[in-house]
Amino acid sequence: MAAVCGLMRRPLEQVTVRDAINQGMDEELERDEKVFLLGEEVAQYDGAYKVSRGLWKKYGDKRIIDTPISEMGFAGIAVGAAMAGLRPICEFMTFNFSMQAIDQVINSAAKTYYMSGGIQPVPVVFRGPNGASAGVAAQHSQCFAAWYGHCPGLKVVSPWNSEDAKGLIKSAIRDNNPVVVLENELMYGVPFELPSEAQSKDFLIPIGKAKIERQGTHITVVAHSRPVGHCLEAATVLSKEGIECEVINMRTIRPMDIETIEASVMKTNHLVTVEGGWPQFGVGAEVCARIMEGPAFNFLDAPAVRVTGADVPMPYAKILEDNSIPQVKDIIFAIKKTLNI
Amino acid sequence: MAVAVAVAVAAAAARVWGSSRGLGQAGLLLRRSAARGLARSLPQRQEQQHFPSLDDKPQFPGASAEFIDKLEFIQPNVISGIPVYRVMDRQGQIINPSEDPHLPQEKVLKLYRSMTLLNTMDRILYESQRQGRISFYMTNYGEEGTHVGSAAALDNTDLVFGQYREAGVLMYRDYPLELFMAQCYGNVSDLGKGRQMPVHYGCRERHFVTISSPLATQIPQAVGAAYAAKRANANRVVICYFGEGAASEGDAHAGFNFAATLECPIIFFCRNNGYAISTPTSEQYRGDGIGRGPGYGILSIRVDGNDVFAVYNATKEARRRAVAENQPFLIEAMTYRIGHHSTSDDSSAYRSVDEVNYWDKQDHPISRLRHYLQSRGWWDDEQEKAWRKQSRKKVMEAFEQAERKPKPSPSLLFSDVYQEMPAQLRKQQEALARHLQTYGEHYPLDHFEK
Repeated sequence: MAAVCGLMRRPLEQVTVRDAINQGMDEELERDEKVFLLGEEVAQYDGAYKVSRGLWKKYGDKRIIDTPISEMGFAGIAVGAAMAGLRPICEFMTFNFSMQAIDQVINSAAKTYYMSGGIQPVPVVFRGPNGASAGVAAQHSQCFAAWYGHCPGLKVVSPWNSEDAKGLIKSAIRDNNPVVVLENELMYGVPFELPSEAQSKDFLIPIGKAKIERQGTHITVVAHSRPVGHCLEAATVLSKEGIECEVINMRTIRPMDIETIEASVMKTNHLVTVEGGWPQFGVGAEVCARIMEGPAFNFLDAPAVRVTGADVPMPYAKILEDNSIPQVKDIIFAIKKTLNI
Repeated sequence: MAVAVAVAVAAAAARVWGSSRGLGQAGLLLRRSAARGLARSLPQRQEQQHFPSLDDKPQFPGASAEFIDKLEFIQPNVISGIPVYRVMDRQGQIINPSEDPHLPQEKVLKLYRSMTLLNTMDRILYESQRQGRISFYMTNYGEEGTHVGSAAALDNTDLVFGQYREAGVLMYRDYPLELFMAQCYGNVSDLGKGRQMPVHYGCRERHFVTISSPLATQIPQAVGAAYAAKRANANRVVICYFGEGAASEGDAHAGFNFAATLECPIIFFCRNNGYAISTPTSEQYRGDGIGRGPGYGILSIRVDGNDVFAVYNATKEARRRAVAENQPFLIEAMTYRIGHHSTSDDSSAYRSVDEVNYWDKQDHPISRLRHYLQSRGWWDDEQEKAWRKQSRKKVMEAFEQAERKPKPSPSLLFSDVYQEMPAQLRKQQEALARHLQTYGEHYPLDHFEK
């Protein structure tokens, strides 16, 4: 092994999404002592999903804080600490529980800079797993991208892979606005190659910029978070039939990078959006509306189509759950329908 | 939520405790070190030094009391609850001379002038709402003592989180009348750029966090800010004001609990004024007011909120200890809301005029302090007359100026949503500017700054 390594270039590091987030937080905690993490079980327990593993051991009680069970309480504390000059990372065990704190996120974090006339910034990061998991049923599976993406004053990001996760969490922490980081529990354990730039401690992914994960010519497929992977799988299958999909990873929900999507649609003339959240008033709806309002509309050869989660509270039974979120076959079906194949 | 956490915690507990079931020395040592690990050596946590016999003392991690073999419910003590601390009687006479803070004349006069100037400003701005000049107002009648008594006991740099009936704190910190009015009128001088309803003041310079409408949300925020102050070793306390009604919110419970567990230098100041809009305290809570503090592990006191010196003494001591010992304090200032809840309320619908008159005439913080001043020879009727005239004149001047000033520029509609203006808002801002250039004559543009 060693001899081979000496002769060839070192393979790129395989890092799980969980470790990428952990690295990102670790680097920012080290860089700025005003940064700290609070939430349930984040300290000695290493985080309910082990995302903060090792951080309490390294930084101690002052920087990694276990809170009592009150989302409204610790979200409020995070907001107050940010108002007083610290830079908190507030972890929700899942974003489903953020509903118990949503007033602090929206009415206090998002709106305060505006309502105070620019006097009072709130540089807080709210992060945690979002969307469907596996076998945890309705109250643990909701996607909040559309809810938080609705609000002016908030920035909302939704990483897919390890590079996204690391670059976006670092940008979020350094951003002086309140940022919601929607992670995904099922992606935590998935390893990806981290490009060499991502090894740098100043590796940042700009908030508000989408990424074209796969170039294509026949149709634009737009997604965020875990569904990006499903879209790439669908694209691989379709490629064998001669259909080349351009897959766009949104990375940021708000401010949405509509320009990248527009440029792509103007090239491919077809659009399918894919998301795990519910269909009504969702991310896909916003993408379609904006495409209609901009120059790309004139380039569409067919109506844009949304692939979304089923419009039901997430069921528990596995067969029902599997069929309540977009699968690769659903994406392929929507693409073929749009292309009239 | 409960399921995921319960399973996780149970698993953790099993890992820690499961291996120490035996009563041998090794088992005991393991339990002690495990307990220390879980407790993380918090100073207040009682370390169990001895294990004489496991029958004698309860071993529960959650409480360290004695056993009892008599069935007895603890009675909430509402009839003769926590006593009310006061320094002056209703006629402004010091009751116990050793409790007199002996404030210098200048300071006491400043307390008096702040309260009366606030009262005068309240009257004029309430009237201006009635006349349709501003959209909304909330008066502070009867509670002026709670504001200035506490403000006077703090350092000028101590951070204030208010609810909405604490204008006297700003008044004491010399917030100019011009800026009070500017906020209420939403004119070009408003620090908040006309973005908020009246009385939602904010002033960075005077360390007064912008008022936010949703009740009690400021409570956990104040705790977070206090935590930041502790981290910075700043010799700074955070004071958080709220009414007895807001204390029913979930945020209040969470805030109190966190302040104690995170050991923050914070003063919780509850203005218990008898009503939350029309809801009397008898419907707001069944316990002994906001004497819930001890339930959270917080040192608490109840004071006569209409006695400026009592408020002052309690706040002063709480501040000293909160900073020195990094722990929260709860002050419940008993007072009475003489005015309506706001200009949207008519309190004659739910309380008698006699009740209101009693407080206005017999137990008012301003008159009590005036009696004190007069008995010391520091004030008299002539000065009273002159000051009333002067303060009214000051208020009227500021008022007339505020009326005449233009509103903020329409371009400010788009700024401060984010720290940096996003491209699409800038486009809209520019589109508005172009629109006004062409069609400006159809808009009342001379009421607005360019």
